[in-house]
Amino acid sequence: MRRSTVIFIAALAVFVAVITVMAGAGMISTSFVKTLGMTLCLCLAAVAMDLVWGYAGILSLGHMAFFALGGYMIGMWLMYARTEAIVIEALSGQPLPATPEEIRQGIGNQIFGVIGTSDIPWVWGFAHSLPLQLLLVVLVPGVLAGLFAWLAFRSRVTGVYLSILTQAGTLALALHLFQNDSGLRGNNGLSGLQNLPGVSASQDATSLWLFWASALALAAGYLLAAWVVGGKFGSVIRAIRDDEQRVRFLGYPVEGFKLFVFTLTAVIAAIAGALYYPQAGIINPAEMMPIASIYLAVWVAIGGRGRLYGAVIGAAVVSLLSSWFTGGRAPSIPLGFYTIDWVDWWQVLLGLVFVLVTLLAPRGIGGLFK
Amino acid sequence: MMRFLLLALVLALPAHAQDAAAVLDTYRDQVERPSRTTIAPVIEALATSGDPAAATVLAAWADRRLAVMDDGTFVIMDGDALSDLAGQPVEGEAQPLRPNAGVRGLIASALVPFQLTDPDPAARGAARDAIARNPAPEHLPAIRGALARAADPSLSRLERLLTLRFDPDPAARVAAIESFGADQSMDLRAALNPLLATTRVATLGPPEGNVAREIPVSELGREGAYDLLVSAGLAPARLTRDAAQAALVANIADGQVAGIAVASLNTQAARDDAYSALEAAGTVPPAATEDEVDAALDSATFADVYAEPNADVTDAARAALNGIATRVGAMQAADLALDALSLASIYFLAAIGLAITFGVMRVINMAHGEFIMMGAYTGYAVQQVVPDYTLSLVVALPLAFLVTFAAGVALERLVIRHLYKRPLETLLATFGVSIMLQQLAKNIFGTQARPLTAPDWLSGSLVINDLVQVSMIRVAIFVLALLFLGLYLFIMRRTRLGLEVRAVQQNPTMAASMGISPGRINMLAFGLGSGIAGIAGVAIGLFAQVTSELGQQYIVQSFMTVVVGGVGSIFGTLAGAALIGFLQKGIEWLNPSNTLAAQTYMILFIIIFIQFRPRGIIALKGRAAGD
Amino acid sequence: MTMFRKVVIGAGLALSMGAAQAQTAPEGEPIKIGVLHSLSGTMAISETTLKDTVLMLVDRQNKAGGVLGRPLEAVVVDPASDWPLFAEKARELLTVSDVDVIFGAWTSVSRKSVLPVLEELNGLMFYPVQYEGEESSKNVFYTGAAPNQQAIPAVDYMMEELGVEKFALLGTDYVYPRTTNNILASYLGDKGVAEGDIFVNYTPFGQSDWSKIVADVVALGADGKQVGVISTINGDANIGFYKELAAAGVSAEDLPVIAFSVGEEELSGLDTAHLVGHLAAWNYFESADTPENTAFIEEWHAFTGDANRVTNDPMEATMIGFTMWTQAVEKAGTTDVDAVREAMYGQEVPNLTGGTATMLPNHHLTKPVLIGEIRADGQFDIISQTEPVPGDAWTDFLPDSAVLESDWAELDCGMYNIQTKTCIQQKSNY
Repeated sequence: MRRSTVIFIAALAVFVAVITVMAGAGMISTSFVKTLGMTLCLCLAAVAMDLVWGYAGILSLGHMAFFALGGYMIGMWLMYARTEAIVIEALSGQPLPATPEEIRQGIGNQIFGVIGTSDIPWVWGFAHSLPLQLLLVVLVPGVLAGLFAWLAFRSRVTGVYLSILTQAGTLALALHLFQNDSGLRGNNGLSGLQNLPGVSASQDATSLWLFWASALALAAGYLLAAWVVGGKFGSVIRAIRDDEQRVRFLGYPVEGFKLFVFTLTAVIAAIAGALYYPQAGIINPAEMMPIASIYLAVWVAIGGRGRLYGAVIGAAVVSLLSSWFTGGRAPSIPLGFYTIDWVDWWQVLLGLVFVLVTLLAPRGIGGLFK
Repeated sequence: MMRFLLLALVLALPAHAQDAAAVLDTYRDQVERPSRTTIAPVIEALATSGDPAAATVLAAWADRRLAVMDDGTFVIMDGDALSDLAGQPVEGEAQPLRPNAGVRGLIASALVPFQLTDPDPAARGAARDAIARNPAPEHLPAIRGALARAADPSLSRLERLLTLRFDPDPAARVAAIESFGADQSMDLRAALNPLLATTRVATLGPPEGNVAREIPVSELGREGAYDLLVSAGLAPARLTRDAAQAALVANIADGQVAGIAVASLNTQAARDDAYSALEAAGTVPPAATEDEVDAALDSATFADVYAEPNADVTDAARAALNGIATRVGAMQAADLALDALSLASIYFLAAIGLAITFGVMRVINMAHGEFIMMGAYTGYAVQQVVPDYTLSLVVALPLAFLVTFAAGVALERLVIRHLYKRPLETLLATFGVSIMLQQLAKNIFGTQARPLTAPDWLSGSLVINDLVQVSMIRVAIFVLALLFLGLYLFIMRRTRLGLEVRAVQQNPTMAASMGISPGRINMLAFGLGSGIAGIAGVAIGLFAQVTSELGQQYIVQSFMTVVVGGVGSIFGTLAGAALIGFLQKGIEWLNPSNTLAAQTYMILFIIIFIQFRPRGIIALKGRAAGD
Repeated sequence: MTMFRKVVIGAGLALSMGAAQAQTAPEGEPIKIGVLHSLSGTMAISETTLKDTVLMLVDRQNKAGGVLGRPLEAVVVDPASDWPLFAEKARELLTVSDVDVIFGAWTSVSRKSVLPVLEELNGLMFYPVQYEGEESSKNVFYTGAAPNQQAIPAVDYMMEELGVEKFALLGTDYVYPRTTNNILASYLGDKGVAEGDIFVNYTPFGQSDWSKIVADVVALGADGKQVGVISTINGDANIGFYKELAAAGVSAEDLPVIAFSVGEEELSGLDTAHLVGHLAAWNYFESADTPENTAFIEEWHAFTGDANRVTNDPMEATMIGFTMWTQAVEKAGTTDVDAVREAMYGQEVPNLTGGTATMLPNHHLTKPVLIGEIRADGQFDIISQTEPVPGDAWTDFLPDSAVLESDWAELDCGMYNIQTKTCIQQKSNY
């Protein structure tokens, strides 16, 4: 195992221990634990992005769509199971015992009442079962990514064309989910996801559990990614990034390698999303607009491509800074004739930093550690 | 109500003569808070009052110039001047009355007899509009009276439209219908269609009245047909699930229903069994069986019956509508095609700058959309300084070009120049520029949409007929798109700059050795592409909204347009824009209630299209293809 | 409004102002008020106004002696038009800043995002925007219009006053238009409008290509029925829509449009010359001619230092909610959420448009419904004003909702089935 991997895992373990102790002592609030847990999930998505872009050279502008899909898949079960418990409780007061149809009707009415229907769409067919829906967390984004990648790589769409195509695909998916007819509650999305069905523990406890789960997933994802890029496979995908034609002439099935990396990273992103949204509490299609995926690329670029820890640093630093600056707590800078309000100027600064990093420091923050 | 009113008007006797002011006073409450449903008697009383000022008062009321002074006197306002109902000037303050549009329509209708013979053409026009909006049988005598005095083609057309609806003589109505021939105007169809309005009836014997057609049960479906019978009172209602459940609940005794434990009634089948058991015990009346339903359906007839009793009239109307149906369909298709063409030209205009920066130079500029936005904001800023809309447009177009040309040159010199060998990095860096520019626009202009108003000569529509029309601004965009197509072709094929751009693109080293400065050419070409985006921005801002997110809406579509068409070919971009425009309108036509779905499917289609023609519709071959 | 009502209200206003001046300066531990409105992102333009409104009201209340003799302190956070962030910031306000009440949210999604947090931590929120109903939370007071306080009266107006027989329901594709149109379609059906006479279309946010939709709507008139448009088109997209309507030469007499999301604020982005006569339905218009409204507008201009800032319906709703909350706290003698909630029922505050708003046990207000015609100067001519209508959480026009009732005072239930006489759930369906 490489030294940087060992250091990273050790640092993560220390971080988790410190936060757990601090949360237990009441030194940090539940909402901050949630923020940190969500940041860990974003870091995992950034690791996936680094694998597909930093190592394999495929600039996907759609990985946050897989992230959000993972969230949708777990969110369906969370909503269904929670509502089912409520409906059964409510119907138990009736003189006649409830029939399965009545329960189903009640659930449909509760979940889809806001969009004016009480029919449960077919996409919710597995929502009653946690194992099946967990399987879908992996399967739906995996199959979608595999299909997209197969179509795109087969017809040799590469480079910026592929980026534009992933962006368009993401937009199409987001627009589809924005429709109420998509069956996933349109613009309203899925909400109340922070209430884990069948769990009576308080949010203080559940947010810590999800924080641990996120840390564990990040560690596992990081190790997997380090293992993938460490061996011969890693050499091949780096070679594809540097000169695709040459690798193809050497007899490697380039498309197969790219397809595998694209799909694997989509699944990692989906798992990250499945852990993220129960902490965020709500998911809606705006989460998968192309801009989110572009920000993911921005984080990885700022953190440093081609280094897994760079991606983690970039995602953590930029997303935490973003929420600090836009949270209204960053002090304004009075210039006398004008006051720089960070709520208004943070985006400008971010854009500028991004241009400068791309131009002057292609290795990003991670490059400083070298 | 109107019918009586106007009849009374026509037959008005001066015996009822009463002062208009007295009438208004009598109905003070209704006049001050008028409602269309209750105001008719007031208008009737005014119109029949015999007061010579009645028409003036009514007209002033409809114009919101009738006002009440603090002491309750009704006055007529004319600008700031007040006069009493008889026209004598008065001094003081008055609050104007605000009748709603429905009341104003009734007043206008009541004014028709006065206005049709008015020497002022504007008044006659108002009367014609009032008739066209609220046609009523009582208008017929007034129109015929006016026509007898002087010929007026548009009034005569109105007369025929009213005749075919309201004339008591069916033969006259049929003649009026036939007189229109192949005319497919909206007002004619609006007059003919109500004649063919039907109601669906269920009867035990043969249906009465002017039957449009009988409907077989198979078309209605068993459930639908039986429901019709129930609502016609010809059959008893079927047992609903709720009613059955209520019956079960009502018969719970000792935790059992008809001997079945309540706890076991947790499926529909178990509940049905329990109900049957209740039926068998005679506790509840038996529900209608399937056989009874069939028998009831067999004995009944279902039909659509015209509201219009005269079969000759309905036949003539149907024949007339069928006769023009094809033409109407063709016109609607033409209108749709025109819409699609217009959308295509908007996409083309948004993408033509990209055709240079991306198509020719192969630079991915994610900030292209923001250049479009800058152009639109330039247009807005110019309108703040130059109030004349035409003049401001004349200033804004070249200024937008200059602003975005300068921005493009700056972007090329500062950022893109360093990244020519790293296309993916260009994408990301220009994306950074894009978020900067968007946020800057928000900081400068605010998040509220800004008005960019078209001059009057651009704000109307090009009307070909009732069905085919397109707004002038869209025509202008089409013309602008054509103009830029020509400009592009001229510059790339006929000028030194175009030659040098192509040379630099194909082989920068060779071009440099021939004395061309690649840096300068790249800078100019990029500036040109950006400048065109600025002009597109002004045009887009004129028909849509100017916000900081304006560019975002076009960037993905624009890249798609260029990629689908074939990178590097302007005719490819044209073909791409046409494909996307027509496709989107086509999908919208198939699913008119959901525009969002159209956009989704269009993008999906493009993704699949690119699988089969990765190089686009018009693929460059040979050396020009670059890679 | 009659002279009599003017005099009565004027006298009432003078009395209440006199009472306010008698108070002394507040002291002691401040009472914290959370302000949860987006100050950045797409919703900033609408929500910033409401943040300023709350700050103005806090300022006014402190000058009048605070509440319970203690000063008020506003804690402003920025959820940045990001729905998950609304939940996060609400949790922060309730647990870290320890606020006693929250004024916030605009979109339905943001409200649904905050709901679970409010119910978990037993917080209290005032929601000031017209919404689609079909919800009742113990922890939220809805001071904006429910569908029966805006949409239903507007449709009645179109049918009765304008004689509209055929309806085009145009909306942006999100939950408010979807639910509202569902309710309206059902309501129109009850009123005998055939299914074929209702045309529905949904467009994306920021839609700009309106030519085909406008042509479709105009073509509806081909069967000789008066057509009316009910628009739930949101925000910027209205600009392109009205421009296209104007270009097509469609006047308000031929094809009236009644909008539920177009107010003074939205019209400022438009040249209104071509829109004169089109309609909007709200519970408040800036042009309302009452002494309270004049005073409110003056105070607003003075507070913002901008004499051109318009006022709008959600601002009035914020004002009513805020004033009711201060009255309820005074009545309960504490800021404890449960005590304040009990004290809220039956609270009365004068509307800016005349009459009195009363808080009902279903957490909705009684409000008059106003219909305004657009004037050339971007303001509205109020042409119809109903008596106050009690807000209904669950619509009577959808079969599933008609049997539901919300009553937190007597039944302690937000979703009570009046047929089976059972409480379906205590927490809301987010």
